[in-house]
Amino acid sequence: MMVLITYDVNTETAAGRKRLRQVAKQCVNFGQRVQNSVFECQVDAAKMREIEERLLKIINPELDSLRFYNLGNGYKTKIKHVGAKLSFDVSEPLII
Amino acid sequence: MRKLHNILYVTHPDAYLSLDGENAVILEKDQEVKRIPLHNLEGIITFGYTGASPALMHHCAELGIALTFLSAHGRFLCRVEGEKHGNILLRKEQYRVSDDENRSLEAARYIVCGKLYNERAVLLRAMRDHSMQFDCEKISNAAERITRAITMTEKCLTLEELRGIEGEAANAYFGVFDLLILQNKNDFFWCGRTRRPPTDNVNALLSFCYSLLTHDCAAGLESAGLDSYAGFLHRDRPGRQSLALDLMEEFRAPMCDRFVLSIINTRQVNASGFLQKENSAVIMDDNTRRDVLVAWQKRKQEEIIHPFLGEKAEWGVLPLVQAQLLARYIRGDIDAYPPFLWR
Repeated sequence: MMVLITYDVNTETAAGRKRLRQVAKQCVNFGQRVQNSVFECQVDAAKMREIEERLLKIINPELDSLRFYNLGNGYKTKIKHVGAKLSFDVSEPLII
Repeated sequence: MRKLHNILYVTHPDAYLSLDGENAVILEKDQEVKRIPLHNLEGIITFGYTGASPALMHHCAELGIALTFLSAHGRFLCRVEGEKHGNILLRKEQYRVSDDENRSLEAARYIVCGKLYNERAVLLRAMRDHSMQFDCEKISNAAERITRAITMTEKCLTLEELRGIEGEAANAYFGVFDLLILQNKNDFFWCGRTRRPPTDNVNALLSFCYSLLTHDCAAGLESAGLDSYAGFLHRDRPGRQSLALDLMEEFRAPMCDRFVLSIINTRQVNASGFLQKENSAVIMDDNTRRDVLVAWQKRKQEEIIHPFLGEKAEWGVLPLVQAQLLARYIRGDIDAYPPFLWR
């Protein structure tokens, strides 16, 4: 399934900026960065839990927010892209 | 059924593969070309020269992602293999079977039976689909010969004999293979199998697909806990993945041969994409190889119902499924190994 992860991390303090870097790093590990704080992850349910766990350990729930949008398996009809920053689909043939 | 992940093919000669966190990152002249999370990948096949970082090799081995290096023309160079997973008891039993001529014969018989059945199925399917365009009599004669060979496999007493029967069926099958090519007959024709190097376009395509399939079969066997080097039908030879070649036999006709025929017959490849070298070897140019890979990957994502398990599976996951069935057979959980029989 495709899960969209977006986040807002409060960067007023040094600790906040550290959290931002860590959250971003974990998101890059599992998904494709489609916009600055928006990631598309092609995962199964187990992997999704793992990502959630990892992110929840990092953030401060009082200051930061995380959103997970589950787009399911039929995600191709649900995404429309306009403009720069073309993404690619990791389930299509990957030939470089 | 297990989900089939994607395979990353790297065809640029100067692409370097490296690891960053949980991503495979492809660099070209120190510029990042693409990054792909490793959990989306089943395997990585690279045709490049510059290779991969040790960190990536280590991580791939750990995650069970098969990393294979092929030469620019698709010849197998090497494969990165991590610590052996799975069960030592299973592997020892596999070696015992492999050492014992009679037990090897038993296992090989199922495999050859599956192979012949599938070869015949390819011929029968072609006759059914294009009965107007063929010399059906020749093809049905060949199918007849293969049917006889199938019944003979049940009675043969030695591996040598089994190989003879297999060869006879291969003669029948490849004897009519040329008839199955319907388009571009001047550029794509069949006059026998040549390899190392392949000397015509069709052989070049076949060899290329066979090496992709070997990668998949070896990866399937390893992840089922078997040793891809200790074979039953193919005997041991240093550096030869005999069991992967055994397992491949069932898939050659329905996966590779049909695939090659269909990309020729639908004109997805044409003669201008093939180059003949001085030593008469035929190789594909970069664009053609790329097109073939895209088509191959698409084919692997098509679904069929597995004839034995009755479950939906992608073509690409079949080598793994069969490897698991083979492991069960070796372990003694099932009395006979059910080869993949394509209908």
